[in-house]
Amino acid sequence: MNTEFGPKIIVEFSNGVFITETVINTWIIMAVLVVVSIILTRNMKLVPDGKQNVAEILVGVLTSLVGSSMGKDKLGFVPYMGTLMIFLVCANLWGLVGFRAPTADLNTTFALSILTFFMIHGNSIRRKGVGGWLKGTFFEPVAVMAPLNLISEVATPVSLAFRLFGNIVGGMIIMALVYNALGTILGGVLPIPIFELGIPAVLHAYFDVFAGVLQAFIFTMLTMVFVSMAMD
Amino acid sequence: MEAITGKALILACSAVGAGLAMIAGIGPGIGQGFAAGKGAEAVGKQPEAQGDIIKTMLLGAAVDETTGIYGLVVALILLFANPLVGML
Repeated sequence: MNTEFGPKIIVEFSNGVFITETVINTWIIMAVLVVVSIILTRNMKLVPDGKQNVAEILVGVLTSLVGSSMGKDKLGFVPYMGTLMIFLVCANLWGLVGFRAPTADLNTTFALSILTFFMIHGNSIRRKGVGGWLKGTFFEPVAVMAPLNLISEVATPVSLAFRLFGNIVGGMIIMALVYNALGTILGGVLPIPIFELGIPAVLHAYFDVFAGVLQAFIFTMLTMVFVSMAMD
Repeated sequence: MEAITGKALILACSAVGAGLAMIAGIGPGIGQGFAAGKGAEAVGKQPEAQGDIIKTMLLGAAVDETTGIYGLVVALILLFANPLVGML
């Protein structure tokens, strides 16, 4: 059994800088998303048809989601939250195509959750000023609670990152174990992978499709809830 | 009988520790069951709000899954990226 579950290093430069599978897969997903959005929004007409309908439905769904969970006054967050959700759904489903999901790497999930962390506090300072932010974040029920509030603020990005990472990497490892186990059933007798045909599909539907889409939704939803709570 | 090496001892204890870490799965199991039960109750009371109830329930269930995921991460680190072996 292969006991290495970290991302493979693809290119390593002489000065020790290296590029992993995660970075390359992220760039492929970014390129796909950019090309798809350029194609969907070319030659836009007043009366939409075909591909423009798809783009309008997507934008409409994301706008109403952000509007209902953050409030109508924060619709300026639609581009970031929509991009975050579409990217995370694509990244989590990337494992289905046979590549390694970029979110199965702590670097990706921590980068996104640190963005969330700075968005929470930056927007809170922008909306309430430094004094209001200090009071609202640290001294909320009573001033004695400040150390506990500090810990809970720092725990937010950590728990966001570990939740996404743990779900995706756990599914990935369980799928690898299942494939290994199915491969050993017929091991040396028949070299044709019969058992790998149908059985893993059920598990892929749960670990990749259901858990992947749900975790992308949760990550975006929690980001929206935290940011709007910090601003109100 | 040959003597047990330090590395073998650490690996064996890590395997036991990974198993023990997964006891954390009990908590989210109970919590998610509770959330699902309350969700079913809420749908029974207000069938027309089913969409909102399912959305809220899945959000809550995924959030209280976090503690179980922490246990899973600890178990995975012990099994696949053990930091203790390097300390010998």
